[in-house]
Amino acid sequence: MKLELHKVKVTDLKWGDKTLFDGGTLYVNKAEIEEMLLEDERFAKVSVDFAKPGESVRILPVKDVVEPRCKLEGENEVFPGFIGDVDTVGCGKTLVLSGAAVVTCGRIVGFQEGIIDMSGPGADYTPFSKTNNVVLVFEPKEGLEKHEYEAACRMAGLKTAHYLACAVKGAAADEVETYELPCFAEAMKSHEGLPKVAYLYMLQSQGLLHDTYVYGVDAKKILPTLIHPNEVMDGAIVSGNCVSACDKNNTYSHLNNPVIKEMYARHGKDFNFVGCIITNENTTLADKKRSSSYAVKLARLLGVDGLIITEEGFGNPDTDLIMNCRKAEKAGIKTVLLTDEYAGRDGASQSLADACSEADAVVTAGNANEVVVLPKMEKVIGFPEYADIIAGGFDGSLREDGSIETEIQAITGATNELGFNRIAAYTG
Amino acid sequence: MAYRVVHYINQFFAGVGGEEKADYRPEARDGAVGPGLALNGALGGDAEIVGTVICGDSYFADNIEEAKKQILELIAKFEPDAVVAGPAFNAGRYGTACGAVCEAVANELNIPTVTGMYEENPGVDMFKKATYIVKTADSARGMKDAIPVMAKLVLKQLRGEPIGKPEEEGYIPKGVRINYFADKIGAVRAVDMFVKKLKGEPYTTEYPMPVFDRVPPNPPVANLAEATIALVTSGGIVPKGNPDHIEASSASKYGEYSLAGVESLSAETHETAHGGYDPTYANENPNRVLPVDVMRELEKEGVIKKFHETFYTTVGNGTSVANAKKFGAEIAQKLKDANVTAVIVTST
Repeated sequence: MKLELHKVKVTDLKWGDKTLFDGGTLYVNKAEIEEMLLEDERFAKVSVDFAKPGESVRILPVKDVVEPRCKLEGENEVFPGFIGDVDTVGCGKTLVLSGAAVVTCGRIVGFQEGIIDMSGPGADYTPFSKTNNVVLVFEPKEGLEKHEYEAACRMAGLKTAHYLACAVKGAAADEVETYELPCFAEAMKSHEGLPKVAYLYMLQSQGLLHDTYVYGVDAKKILPTLIHPNEVMDGAIVSGNCVSACDKNNTYSHLNNPVIKEMYARHGKDFNFVGCIITNENTTLADKKRSSSYAVKLARLLGVDGLIITEEGFGNPDTDLIMNCRKAEKAGIKTVLLTDEYAGRDGASQSLADACSEADAVVTAGNANEVVVLPKMEKVIGFPEYADIIAGGFDGSLREDGSIETEIQAITGATNELGFNRIAAYTG
Repeated sequence: MAYRVVHYINQFFAGVGGEEKADYRPEARDGAVGPGLALNGALGGDAEIVGTVICGDSYFADNIEEAKKQILELIAKFEPDAVVAGPAFNAGRYGTACGAVCEAVANELNIPTVTGMYEENPGVDMFKKATYIVKTADSARGMKDAIPVMAKLVLKQLRGEPIGKPEEEGYIPKGVRINYFADKIGAVRAVDMFVKKLKGEPYTTEYPMPVFDRVPPNPPVANLAEATIALVTSGGIVPKGNPDHIEASSASKYGEYSLAGVESLSAETHETAHGGYDPTYANENPNRVLPVDVMRELEKEGVIKKFHETFYTTVGNGTSVANAKKFGAEIAQKLKDANVTAVIVTST
C-alpha cells in the first residue's frame, strides 16, 4: 500500500466570500460553513471563529481537533464510514492542510472537554496552540441526548475538515511525503537481519461517550485486528471521545500519529516495521483478557520481535496496557510502552493503576495532575464558566480575574500518549 | 549579603566524644564546627555558616520530640535562611536525627534543608520525602565528596534555582514525579528506547514501575475444628490509651497485646490509634475492627479449636512498605512459633 501526503502549509486564516487558498492563507467563507453544518437538525446554533498561534485567545470546552484532509487520488474518501464510504482507504494521494486544524467546541459532557490557549504558559502544553484553528462552537437543539449531540459534533468537525481541504484542491503542495509498506508475504522476506516489529495501538473504548470509531465501527465491538498505517492517515480511526482532554487521542493526533511516523522513519534501518494492530480498552475483565490475548496472538502470528504499545486514557485502561505488556513479554516479544501518569498534584502517588515487572521500558508523557495557572486571555471562544467543571479543574478554577488554576489534565493534548509532545517526567 | 546557614552535627563530629558522650544534650555554638569548616568553604562566600547546633545521637533517639523542640529553638535563634545536617554516612541514629531535624525545620521554619547519608542508612527511607538527602559513601571517608554536592544543593535552593534530576544533582530521589520538557517528543523517545531494547543495549525507563510482592495464598485450613486462629489488624485497635504510642499514620511499630480472659472488646478497654478514618464506630465497639467477640463465640461453638490469645496491631495509614514488610515478617514468625494454624487479618 502506497500513500502520498500532499502537504499544503497554511500560515494564516482570513475570512472571505469564497473558501479558497492563496499564498499560504486559507480564506474561509464563514456563512457557507454555518449553513452546511446547520443542515444537521440536531444543532440550534453553530458559529465559526478563528484562533491563531500567539493570539491572546482561549478555547473551551474543546471536544475534538481534526486536520483538514481530502483525497486527491485513490479509492474512497477520507474518514471512511463518516465522510467517505466504508471501503478501504490508505492508497493514492491525500491533500493535507498542515498548520491548520478544525477545533470543535461545545457543552457535551462539560467536565470532559479541554482547554486550548493560543499563547502564554498554557500554549506550551497543547499542540494546538501552534495550528491555525477554525473553531466551531455548537449549541444543540433543546432536549438532544448527549450521545446524539456528541455524534453531531463529531460529524460536523469531520465535514468541515473535509470541506476546507476540498477547497484547496489544485494548490501546489509544499511537501510530498510517501508512505509505503508491502504485503506481509513480501515484508517477511525483506530487510534480512533486522528485527520485525509492529505497533500495538490501543483505542479508547470504555463506552458511554468514551468511544473510538474504526471505519465507522464502534471500537468496543471489534476484536483486535490489523490495520495498515496508511489507513490511519486517511482517517480510518476517528475520535468520539469525551474523556480527560490531556490524554485522549483526538482525531488530529490519530491522523498524525507520531509513533507511526517515527516507525516509518526507522523502517529498514533499525527494524522491519511490518504493521499495526489495533485493540480496544473495554471495561469488563472478560473483554480485557480476550482483547489482550487476541492482540498478542496477532503479534505472534506476525512473528514480530518487538511491539511498541500506546495507551489512550488512564486508570481503567492501565490494566489493558499492563495485560498487553505482560502477555507480549511472556511470548518473548519485547515491548516499549507509551503512557502518561496520574501521580497526584504533589507527584507522590503511584502513577498508574496497574503495574508489572515486565514493563521495564516505559516512556511517559508526564504527570497529568500537575497544577498550572493559565492567565486571563483577551478573548475566550466557547464557554469560560466550564473551567470549574472540566476534569482537572476544580471549584474556583476560574478566578475572578479570568485566570484559571487547573491540572494540565484539562489541557487538550497535554499528555498525549501517542508521544505527540516533549513533556516527560522523572522521579525527583 | 551572604545567606545565613545553620549546620546540625552530632557529638562525634563536633569533637565532644564518641559513644560515651552520645547522651550529650543540644547545644549551639557560633560559626562552623568540624565538618562545617569544609562546608563553609564550599559555600564559597554566597552563604555562610552562622551557627552550629550539636546533639548526642542517643540523647536524640531517646528523647525525639523533646530533642527536636530544643534543637529547633536553637536553630531558630540564628535566624537562618537554610539548614544543613550531617552528612551522617551510614550512622543510623545520626541519620535519623539529621532527617528529623531537616523535616522539622522545613515544616516549622519553612526554609530549605539538605542532609547527606549512605543509601542504606535507615534515615533515608524515613526522611527522603521531607528533605534533600545527598547520596554519600558509607563512612566519613566520603566527606570530601559529599560536602560540595550538599553545598551546591543548598545554594540552588537559596537562590530559587530549579533542582535537576537526582542523578545530576546527587540527591536520593524523594519519590516525587516531576514534569519537564524533554529534547525529543515522546514517540521519538519511545522508538529510541525500543531500538536499544531490541539490540540488547542499555536503556533507562522513564517510569520505573513499582513492583509488588505477590504472595500466593496458602491452601485453605483443612480442619477448622483443630485449628488455632489468631487476629492481626492494620486498623489500629489498641488497649485504651495506646500504651506503646503507635503512630496515627506512618507507623514505625506494631503492638502485641494479650487477650487472655477477654471475651469481647469494649469502648472502656480498647480504641483505635488509626488516623485515616472516622474512628467513631471503631471506638464505640472495637470488635467491629478486631472481631474478638465473634472469635470467642466460634471457639465456644467448637467451630475452631482455639482463639489465639495474643493479637498484633498496627496502623496501615501511609505506613511505608518497608516497615509493613518488616512488621509482617516478625508477626508471622511469632505466630508460627506459637503454633497458630491460620490468621484473620482485618483492615479498617
